[in-house]
Amino acid sequence: MSSKQVWITRDFLRCSGCRMCEIACSLSHEGRIWPEASRIRVFMYAPGIEFPHLCAQCHDYPCVEACPTKPKALSVDEKTGAVHVDREKCISCGNCIRACPGHVPFLHPGDNKATICDLCNGDPQCVKICREAGFDCLNVVKYDRGQGEALNYRVYARHPRAIAEGLTELMFGEKIEV
Amino acid sequence: MRGYAGKFAEINLTEEKVTEVRFDESTLRSYIGGRGLAAKILWDRLGERWDEVDPLGPENILLLLTGPMTGFYPGGRLCVSGKSPQSNGITGSTVAGEFPVELKCAGWDGLIITGRAKKPSYILVKDSIIEIRDATHVWGKDGKQTLLKLSKEVREEFDKKYRERLWREPGMVYIGPAGENKCRVAGVQAKWAHGAGYGGYGAVMGSKNLKAVLAKGTGPLPEVYDQAKMLELLDQVRKASIANDVWRRWGTGYLGYYVGNVQSSEPVRNWQEEWHDEKSFAVDQFESRVWVKRYWADFGCPTACEKLSVVRCGEFKGAITDNPDYETQAYMGTNLAVFTPEANIFLNSVIEDLGFCGIQVGNVLGFAAELYQRGIITKEELDGVELKWGDAKAFAKVAEMIAKRKGLGDILAEGTYRAALKLGKMKNMDLLKYAVQAKGIGIGAHGIRSGLDYPQLHSYPCGAQGGDHTSVAYLPITHPSSEHTTMLMDSGVYCMFNSFSVTPQFQIDFLNAVTGFNISFEEWYNEIANRIIAIQRAALLIGGPDAKWFGSDVNPPRFYEPLPTGPCKGKAPKLEDVEKMKSEYYKAVGWDERGVPTSETLKKLGLFNVDTILKKKLGL
Repeated sequence: MSSKQVWITRDFLRCSGCRMCEIACSLSHEGRIWPEASRIRVFMYAPGIEFPHLCAQCHDYPCVEACPTKPKALSVDEKTGAVHVDREKCISCGNCIRACPGHVPFLHPGDNKATICDLCNGDPQCVKICREAGFDCLNVVKYDRGQGEALNYRVYARHPRAIAEGLTELMFGEKIEV
Repeated sequence: MRGYAGKFAEINLTEEKVTEVRFDESTLRSYIGGRGLAAKILWDRLGERWDEVDPLGPENILLLLTGPMTGFYPGGRLCVSGKSPQSNGITGSTVAGEFPVELKCAGWDGLIITGRAKKPSYILVKDSIIEIRDATHVWGKDGKQTLLKLSKEVREEFDKKYRERLWREPGMVYIGPAGENKCRVAGVQAKWAHGAGYGGYGAVMGSKNLKAVLAKGTGPLPEVYDQAKMLELLDQVRKASIANDVWRRWGTGYLGYYVGNVQSSEPVRNWQEEWHDEKSFAVDQFESRVWVKRYWADFGCPTACEKLSVVRCGEFKGAITDNPDYETQAYMGTNLAVFTPEANIFLNSVIEDLGFCGIQVGNVLGFAAELYQRGIITKEELDGVELKWGDAKAFAKVAEMIAKRKGLGDILAEGTYRAALKLGKMKNMDLLKYAVQAKGIGIGAHGIRSGLDYPQLHSYPCGAQGGDHTSVAYLPITHPSSEHTTMLMDSGVYCMFNSFSVTPQFQIDFLNAVTGFNISFEEWYNEIANRIIAIQRAALLIGGPDAKWFGSDVNPPRFYEPLPTGPCKGKAPKLEDVEKMKSEYYKAVGWDERGVPTSETLKKLGLFNVDTILKKKLGL
């Protein structure tokens, strides 16, 4: 077995906005279709500018850093590189949301605990359905943690507004404030 | 009750009061949701005085309904209904988007909106909280501005107020200036280039001073009856839809050349012709020139038949619309003799911003252009606009006159049927012969003269929704194209375009897996669909206060003029053949020779008071 970790690449221009990733994620984690509990969320600040927003597994994990409990409720899964949330320990303070450069984590609408993509233990369900449909916005790549890739991946942890405004420029030929 | 959130919200805009409404299981099983339940609600509340209710008065009810299939079956939709200001009957008009899923996740199966707000307002649904808010600052704004502004405002408010997450945009439906000014050709819009057009419910929303409705739901979709079965069927329909490659690649847009060129059934110059050979208007021209997003989908949809079109250069730079789909390719294109993709997209972009239904406003613009062609209306009457075929900018100017009800636009805003009557009176001429409509609703872009397209000779005259091409009377009634079948989609409330690769039986199985209703194929066609259609039919026959349709199941006169061009040149249906099909259809659905549902039929369907009221109102 390789020790490589997985990362979910995202090709924003290929996102159809179908949200089948949210359906797959919530079915897998919640047993229900539950868009606002899905660890991957499609943002649509302007119609046509849809893109998936999910944890980028920053090499320095600012969310884990910001977690105030002792021991921390948030930790890094050594096998996958995903952020693991110990729901017993989480105090719902929201520090992880604010520490994340993309504000990706959220408090679960059911139990109010921090909720973050767990990479489905290396086999992400969102990627599966996206590829089955041929949209191919999402893909899985394997990488060695600690190398240059990890540093680059962090740049995807951006505020959705910044991503959306950039995309309006690309799609509509002018920047639209969203 | 599975598949349903379990409750509806009744929002009285006059009294600014919100109350919960519930329907028992037997009512839901009999009417399902969406279009079916709309017919039931409207008839129960307004049936006794149907002919007196002004569709644009405060007594009308605006319904925004989901169905049990919404969110589960691929392609989430919302059903918009009420007493139609076009037909004076009941139309179930659906629109795609995330709004219905948000509503259901917020715990509501639908909104029953009554009364009239004192000032421009919008409704915000946040889970169990429903508020009526001031919309003065967006009143008068066009579609795109309205959406961006309200969506951002609410999102940012949530970000401040509810700190548990970075909020996404809420789901939203809204109207443009055309709806505000109660144009009967206005739609209820969603996202960009999405609209519930047939029926004219944009005008109903405007009459209620309601600019928009927004919803955010943080809960899950309701539990379903048999989740394993539902997931198995979901996988099947997804795979079948994904395999339908032409449909996915081109959407309905590929029909723009095919229907015109091969089927000879596309409106050209207000249906004076139905054939064209404009390869410049074939789908590849759109695909390679203006599609910036080749697969654009709504909630849960693997098909993505929508495409995002943006004109990036030239005189129409900045125009944004969808595909456009076949209907608006035709109605904002061929029907106005506009044959360049960029001009077509420009017109679509303009009318969407104004808040029109592309089909309905395209129908009335074509009608106006034919009157101009014939010298019946003049440049002076059109505020100096020369309304020549193919001049997209001229059509855009007239569309704006309609939206603002300026000059002749005030009459055209009434829709083709009423405009033909009014202008005919002014000019002392019969102008109905140029009006291509059925029951006050402009006919969708699928003609019957060539006999090569799907609608049958009686489809529009006998349809419960008049000119609506997605709801056509059809024989046999169990055919996938019949309105008895599309009733399943409009009442379960999901997308027709994800149903082409599966059978009606498959969709009934899906409905049963979600709800546990255990409805059979026979029960669907002979009872449930027929019951809903009977109510719609009764409302249509009674009509009022202005148009009534008892004894007028007719095709527009134009459909009897022989096709002048193309391989089907000379073809036109014979009146006696139409009458024959009508009689056969009446028999199949249990109506008498005048098209009135018989007492026996209505009683068998459990519609006792429909029978009493209908016979009384029609004086039978």
